[in-house]
Amino acid sequence: MHSLWLIPIFPLVGFLINGMLGRRFSKTVINTVAVGSVVLSFLWVLKALSALAPLNETYVEHYFTWISSGTLDIGFDFAIDRLTMVMLLVVTGIGSLIHVYATGYMAHEGGYYRFFAYLNLFMFFMLTLVLAANYVLLFVGWEGVGLCSYLLIGFYFLKKSASDAGKKAFIVNRIGDFGFSLAMFLIVISFGTLDFQKVFAKASTISPEVQYGSITTICLLLLVGAIGKSAQIPLYVWLPDAMEGPTPVSALIHAATMVTAGVYMIARSATLFERAPIAMDVVAYIGLATAVMAATIGLVQNDIKKVYAYSTVSQLGYMFLGCGVGAFSAGIWHVVTHAFFKALLFLGAGSVIHACAGEQDMQKMGGLMKKIPITFAVLFIAAMAIAGVPPLSGHYSKDAILMAAHARAPWMYWVGVVTAGMTAFYVFRSIFLTFFGEYRGKAHPHESPAVMWVPLAVLAVLSLIGGYAFNIPEFLSPVLPMHGGVHDESLATIATAAGLAGILLAAICYLFVPSIPGALASAFAPIYQTLYDKYYVDELYNVSIVKPIANGSREILWKGADVGVFDALVNGAGTTSMALGGLLRKMQSGNLRTYASWVLIGILLVMGGFAVYGGAK
Amino acid sequence: MPANFMPSAAEYFRFAPEIILTIVGTLVMILEAMTGDRDKSSLGYVSLLGLAAAMAAAVAANNDPGLAFQSMIIVDGFATFFRVLVLGVGMLTILVSTNYLSEAKANSGDFYALILFSVVGQSLMACANELIMIFIGIEISSIASYILAGYLRDDRRNNESALKYFLMGSFATAFLLYGVAWIYGLTGSTNLGEIRTVLSHGTAPTAMVGISAALMLVGLAFKVSAAPFQVWAPDVYQGSSAPISAFMSAGPKAAAFAVMVRVFYTSFDSISNQWEPVFWIMSLATMVIGNFAALQQRNIKRMLAYSSIAHAGYVMVAVTSHSAVGTAAVMFYLASYCLMNIGAFAVVTWMARDGEKFVEVDDFSGLAQKQPFVTAILTVLILSLVGVPLTGGFFGKFLVFKAAIDSHLMWLAILGLLNSAVAAYYYLRVLVVMYFREPGASTVNLPPVAGTLRVAMLVTTLGTIALGIFPGLILGFATQSSTLGK
Repeated sequence: MHSLWLIPIFPLVGFLINGMLGRRFSKTVINTVAVGSVVLSFLWVLKALSALAPLNETYVEHYFTWISSGTLDIGFDFAIDRLTMVMLLVVTGIGSLIHVYATGYMAHEGGYYRFFAYLNLFMFFMLTLVLAANYVLLFVGWEGVGLCSYLLIGFYFLKKSASDAGKKAFIVNRIGDFGFSLAMFLIVISFGTLDFQKVFAKASTISPEVQYGSITTICLLLLVGAIGKSAQIPLYVWLPDAMEGPTPVSALIHAATMVTAGVYMIARSATLFERAPIAMDVVAYIGLATAVMAATIGLVQNDIKKVYAYSTVSQLGYMFLGCGVGAFSAGIWHVVTHAFFKALLFLGAGSVIHACAGEQDMQKMGGLMKKIPITFAVLFIAAMAIAGVPPLSGHYSKDAILMAAHARAPWMYWVGVVTAGMTAFYVFRSIFLTFFGEYRGKAHPHESPAVMWVPLAVLAVLSLIGGYAFNIPEFLSPVLPMHGGVHDESLATIATAAGLAGILLAAICYLFVPSIPGALASAFAPIYQTLYDKYYVDELYNVSIVKPIANGSREILWKGADVGVFDALVNGAGTTSMALGGLLRKMQSGNLRTYASWVLIGILLVMGGFAVYGGAK
Repeated sequence: MPANFMPSAAEYFRFAPEIILTIVGTLVMILEAMTGDRDKSSLGYVSLLGLAAAMAAAVAANNDPGLAFQSMIIVDGFATFFRVLVLGVGMLTILVSTNYLSEAKANSGDFYALILFSVVGQSLMACANELIMIFIGIEISSIASYILAGYLRDDRRNNESALKYFLMGSFATAFLLYGVAWIYGLTGSTNLGEIRTVLSHGTAPTAMVGISAALMLVGLAFKVSAAPFQVWAPDVYQGSSAPISAFMSAGPKAAAFAVMVRVFYTSFDSISNQWEPVFWIMSLATMVIGNFAALQQRNIKRMLAYSSIAHAGYVMVAVTSHSAVGTAAVMFYLASYCLMNIGAFAVVTWMARDGEKFVEVDDFSGLAQKQPFVTAILTVLILSLVGVPLTGGFFGKFLVFKAAIDSHLMWLAILGLLNSAVAAYYYLRVLVVMYFREPGASTVNLPPVAGTLRVAMLVTTLGTIALGIFPGLILGFATQSSTLGK
């Protein structure tokens, strides 16, 4: 036994300590507990991994039978294989860095202990999700991270927009979770188990389906769950709003870890998806569409965190594309590199916001290069990485996905390349607007303290070398077979060129000829406005779904059904019950002789019963 | 006379829990006489140790299951489960009692000895394989309980309670004994297995077998407070001291259910077509009377008394299903019931204070503002009594109704579920009062929660939660043990 359970338990203990007693603790104690517990997890992951290397087989720890119902047995089991190992390292490694950063970022915020308690709780659920050896336990983590996401988005709960954003995230995720639950039911019906190894063993004896079948349905339902959690079309709307949460939360939950849970879940279920070609296609289409759509929105946003939020949605689309074309390991590779550079982008953005005293509008920044040089340096690296500039991390994973897409259908590759160009453009737009030119704000920008920039520096190094150093697809080859994606130099060069072109274009528009963006915006005003208003999707949902449901609930369900029918029924039942209760109370006179007579009557009844049923035989 | 009249060491080993308890109980009485006027809490701790030792012996005895003393005793998983359960109930009762007794200036070794002796009887009931042993177990348990019910002899309510309990109890036990006499006359044996063998031949007159079964059922139904023999329970639980009500509503009831299952599943297996319909009606009547009468109660002890009647009804549903699943459900339900009921009475004990002045539901008004810890404890326990998921009460109900459905008792399951909806009303009223009312006179000068009482509250609450999240903890053992050793 390698006591895998310790990995999630450390943060859980941290949550319990800080959550219950944190109010009375000094910040130093809270920091030690919160950061220490996550670092302990990270160390325990390293220890377990070194003990388990090279981990060619899945290693399972069974703790106890959790649910046993008829033939269905669900164990409280943790399992670790190479895929889990990658995720564990990302979650605990990046998690540790972000916890450290947060001690600096949140230093002046109220509810300090609450923040770190939630953050630790999130780590607990995320690690449970990753370590789970069956769908149910994964679902526990899945729901748990959703809860923590809700709590942390609405951390500034006195601000209405923050609490609304929290609710939106929660409700939108319910739709996905509903799909996930249905998928689990169907898995039980089809395979009689929810254990990963058993499900996949049974599934691999089935030849790949061509038409709609139960595996296709299962995969599509799983996909619905993944779409909700990983913010894909049509359920992506919650993620941009989730930026209402503190920036370390955006970095940890809404960029590096939780939102990639959908990708992880699909990769985990690769055996099923490989047998459901139609579902695979749907994954690829949704991913690609989301990548493009979110990138176009990102082109014109002015809030620095919104830009990166749409960028996250777009990059998650890439990961889905990778999984959908069969390159699951490329998708996971992008999960890893994206965790590096997107966490860095968010934390860097946090540093910028911190420096500008809470300002998030890039129109009111500029010229920060000299004032916060470290932040500038690390953000620049992150931007290069996401733009796919070789040899930075993003270059490798993005290439792997695009190659696989080309092998599946060349047009997907080309759409992906255009998106890569747009990605480079909007990311460098944010860099140029923030750090170059003249400062347009009113605050007095200052560099962040060391606890904030040291994690940034580590992430910057990872973003620099993370792609070259960690060849994830090769590492994952025993778990996730790599499909297609023969490396083609000319295709790679085109993709890189698209990224560089995007950077160049951004430089022209925002450094050299600053009049271009305004001119373009007014020349193509309808398009610009549509993009700026995010294709009016929120408004569309509001009119087509939210309003009808709200009105229907109020007029029909509440005033009609609830008040008119159910309340009346319940009140009637209540009155009747009470009357019956009163009658029964009269049995209880307190008089012994009455009681004795009751007993006597009872005896006659019981004996009569026996006589009747005995005689009937 | 059988050749092996002298019992072997293994047989004594199987009977060790009862032996240990009897010795410790006697020891506590001697110590009581020797310690004079000093504080007697230490005798409580001695008793706790004795119970713990007996529990260890019960668990150890299960490693070598089998019969003892000419088949009068049987040690199997089922017996072990109930032995551990009643021993645990004894321990919790002592934890709940010590501080209460000190406050009432009635802390004495007699009390602890009586608890120990009562538990001896229940433990014997759990492992008895013979009707006379069962009768002796019931009597040992009951006589100690009668005294405990009237333990505070200066309290008028205690006296009334004890007298009622004694008279009604004797009345009912007489019927049990009468039934035993009949069955001996019919089969020539009091051994459960032998009775089963004789009855399965079908030579004994059915009507007379039915009458003897009915008579025994009356005695047992009284002990578990099943309708129509529940009338004593509300008066007795209300009149006794709260810790004793906790004890009486848990230990004797669980042991009596163990006997009921063993006797009817083993000996009267072949006439199940006679008793199953009677159980069906009794379980429904018990649930209905318990739940509906509880609706109107203002006194929380009386409400809990009716609620415990209702819970007996749910257990009866599982007994009625007459299957291995049903047996496992009985076991699981009683374990979680004992935890949550003792926990709830522990809170009542704390709230009532010396002289039990504050025992109305309304006395809990605004408790959430004054004592969040106890409020949280009672909230969990009440949610469990209602049967909300993530609590032991939920899984207990789930298993009971699953057993009923598996045995095609669809209507009983439906009516039982409707009943548990009614129950939500009177339970949740306590929560409403605690959280949404303003504090009144009863919450002024709240006493601190004594250490032992706090332990009891935490153990019951955490146990309830543990059973709700990880039912496998005991369900696995219950399922294994559900085929009784015959």
